Amino acid sequence: MIVERWINWVTLLAFMVVPLWALVTDEPFTITLATRAAILALAAVGLNIALGIGGLVSLGHAAFFGLGGYAMGILAFHAQNYTPLELGPFTTEGTKSMPVIWLTAIIAAALAGLIIGLLSLRTAGVYFIMITLAFGQMFFYFAISWSAYGGEDGLSIYVRNGFPGLNTLVPIQFFGICFVALCLSLYVHWRLRSSPFGLALNAARQVPQRVETVGLNPYRLKLVAFVISAAITGLAGALFADLNRFVSPAMFSWQLSGELIVLIIIGGVGRLMGPVIGAAIFVALEHWLGGLTDFWHIWLGVILLLIVLFGRGGVVGLLTGKAGPHV
Amino acid sequence: MSDPILATRGLSKSFGALKATDDVSIDLLPGEIHAIIGPNGAGKSTLIEQISGGLRPDAGSVHLMGQDVTHQNTQARAKAGLGRTFQISALAMEDTVLENALLGAIGQSARPWRFWSGVAGDRTLVERAFNALERVGLSDAADERTANLSHGQRRQLEIAVALTLSPKAFVMDEPMAGLGAEGSKFLTGFLDTLRDEAPILLVEHDMDAVFALADRITVLVYGKVIASGTTDDIRRSAEVREAYLGEDA
Amino acid sequence: MSTILIIEQVLNGLQFGVMLFLMAAGLTLIFGVMGLINLAHGSFYMVGAFAAAATAGATGSFLLALVAALAAAALAGALVEMVVIRRLYKAAHLDQVLATFALILIFSEGTRWVFGSFPLFLEIPAWLSGPVALPGGILYPVYRLTLIVIGVLVALGLWWLTARTRIGVQIRAGENDREMIAALGVDISKLYTLVFALGAALAGLAGALVGAIQSVQVGMGEPVLILAFVVIVIGGIGSIKGAFVGALLVGLTDTLGGIFLP
Ligand SMILES: Nc1ncnc2c1ncn2[C@@H]1O[C@H](COP(=O)(O)OP(=O)(O)OP(=O)(O)O)[C@@H](O)[C@H]1O
Ligand SMILES: [Mg+2]
Repeated sequence: MIVERWINWVTLLAFMVVPLWALVTDEPFTITLATRAAILALAAVGLNIALGIGGLVSLGHAAFFGLGGYAMGILAFHAQNYTPLELGPFTTEGTKSMPVIWLTAIIAAALAGLIIGLLSLRTAGVYFIMITLAFGQMFFYFAISWSAYGGEDGLSIYVRNGFPGLNTLVPIQFFGICFVALCLSLYVHWRLRSSPFGLALNAARQVPQRVETVGLNPYRLKLVAFVISAAITGLAGALFADLNRFVSPAMFSWQLSGELIVLIIIGGVGRLMGPVIGAAIFVALEHWLGGLTDFWHIWLGVILLLIVLFGRGGVVGLLTGKAGPHV
Repeated sequence: MSDPILATRGLSKSFGALKATDDVSIDLLPGEIHAIIGPNGAGKSTLIEQISGGLRPDAGSVHLMGQDVTHQNTQARAKAGLGRTFQISALAMEDTVLENALLGAIGQSARPWRFWSGVAGDRTLVERAFNALERVGLSDAADERTANLSHGQRRQLEIAVALTLSPKAFVMDEPMAGLGAEGSKFLTGFLDTLRDEAPILLVEHDMDAVFALADRITVLVYGKVIASGTTDDIRRSAEVREAYLGEDA
Repeated sequence: MSTILIIEQVLNGLQFGVMLFLMAAGLTLIFGVMGLINLAHGSFYMVGAFAAAATAGATGSFLLALVAALAAAALAGALVEMVVIRRLYKAAHLDQVLATFALILIFSEGTRWVFGSFPLFLEIPAWLSGPVALPGGILYPVYRLTLIVIGVLVALGLWWLTARTRIGVQIRAGENDREMIAALGVDISKLYTLVFALGAALAGLAGALVGAIQSVQVGMGEPVLILAFVVIVIGGIGSIKGAFVGALLVGLTDTLGGIFLP
């Protein structure tokens, strides 16, 4: 069986080589697909911290993804229309600068994560699943009714936002940005996982009563994990909006929350590269099956069922022959 | 007489009509091993749960070094110096043995909020964890996955985790359960020395161990204390004979 | 705001509430008895609505449409239980979420495949259309009133089933101790299939009934499903009575909140 470390490096390498190859052979669409995969992977890496290490089955992570998306949409919308952005008593301007947008997205998602986490982490098991789902839907319906920002139709941004020193309109450069963000998030996951916090969080998933008897608070550990997780998924949302130059309530949809979990399952829960491999496979399937049939989701459903019923551990589990963490 | 490290006063807890503990008052003095014995279902684990904070008593109070901790949660009591072990091992089965001990060390350091430093590179934590494993004879298995441990080794690890906390008082729920003769003997010897570090409230079915170790014994039957005293007192007690052997007094 | 309008809205809220109850009852039974979180419950709602619309289109009979909805949803439920769900009872919640999420994908896209992406319409039959005069001179649609009555009847029926019949006793026993009732010779897997199909049928009925007020389309079940989850969280998992109270509460809040809040 293959050692996980090898799988990790090969995955990252492949993730770089494919778009570069597409650049050489002049297939910009492949680069766009790779970018999409990188962004979805980023969102799922965020979720994987809560789900894979902390065991928190959140069915509401689209809330954070959507918040990131709307952070981008709203800031860029005001910037492109030269209208002031009124926040209660304050008035500021929109912006087309990616770093500012990212920071906003991260903060907004982290705050939402804090509030949702404070309330929903009081519960566990199915209650937690249902409550996170309900919170996600609240954001969805709010976005639909928020007519100032497009309501049901969403917002279109005409030109992709900028990053100092780069031309983000060139696909490979934008891919580079997303890929670096993905690598950073993986680094965060890796450091977290091997830190005292990660060890305690991982134990809180397995034996919360033990964590309490050594004087630690499982609720707080999980809350912090949830906030970090939300922040990363929020950043992914901002990048996703920039990729499509469009945000809509669909970014808040519960299907998206479900798909993020699906990505992780395909790759391997709690595995560092699980979300990355899962996202790559998901986007490839979407492209390939989607080209064959309009109803590719049926086949996604069937594949997913087979994985759940017969192949826990996902691709990484299959390749390493080791069961992953039990969530 | 010195002040008790740990004390309960009139602890009562009912599950529906069942009185699991009924007006239980016990003391744990410095340097002693105080054994709690009683038949299955007597309420021993329920008592331990109330002492360690997992169950709120219906009435009564728990005191740790003179402080009333009845309204504190499990974490606060652990921080205040309570080191408990579980009757049914509660260990992170997916993690290594060392990682389980490290969890205790992290709890003892009270600083789980370090996100960026590798735990394996933290000398203080690793030394504390490893030291505890060494003392229970598990250091060779440090890198083993806990799920792969034998039952006996898991019991040892339970105690090691409590050791990492350097508690002021140990509360142990049947640490010998399921150990072979060899294991019991080792553990008896170990607990005998441990009492000098911190007193032990010991729930145990293994009577050889109890009578070898205990300074005092309290007998619990149907949630009630029916006898309490030195080993000799208990050996001679008519009520205890009756409760255990069904002999007429 | 006039009292008449308020009473009308309260009735609307009740009507929405009892339909939510039909969804929530199945969910909470399935959770209480089998410990399963079923995201695909909304699919049975959709299946019922489509079966009703197709049947009504072919035969013109609303009653036949309702029967078809019940049958199709129950059948789908039984099938799903035997092929997939049964393997999930002891599984982790995450597995249940994923597998039932997969079922939604299959059901939704499958339905789109068969019926296309355009919504279907289910007509309220002539004998149930038009308003009825309530005491106090309020005119209220007969159909909606009928839904309230049906919902209440189903609630009573379910209460009777769980509290007064042998199956109900077995169901409640199964909640507490599967091994025990299996040891007593009750065929537990048949019981589970039955409960699951019953839950699915209720969802299908709700879908068909609501389908005549709204349009019948793919994805119609999920918003209702999510509200039904809220109902269950309020009412407590496994409790039929809780589901009923919770459903009315959510139905009324949702409807009245829409008027009184900006
Ligand atoms: N959470 C609970 N709910 C209801 N009854 C309980 C609960 N916990 C314990 N009991 C009951 O309380 C009584 C005391 O149980 P407890 O576990 O404290 O006994 P014990 O003395 O530790 O027994 P053993 O020697 O078997 O470990 C038993 O009859 C048990 O069934
Ligand atoms: Mg016990």
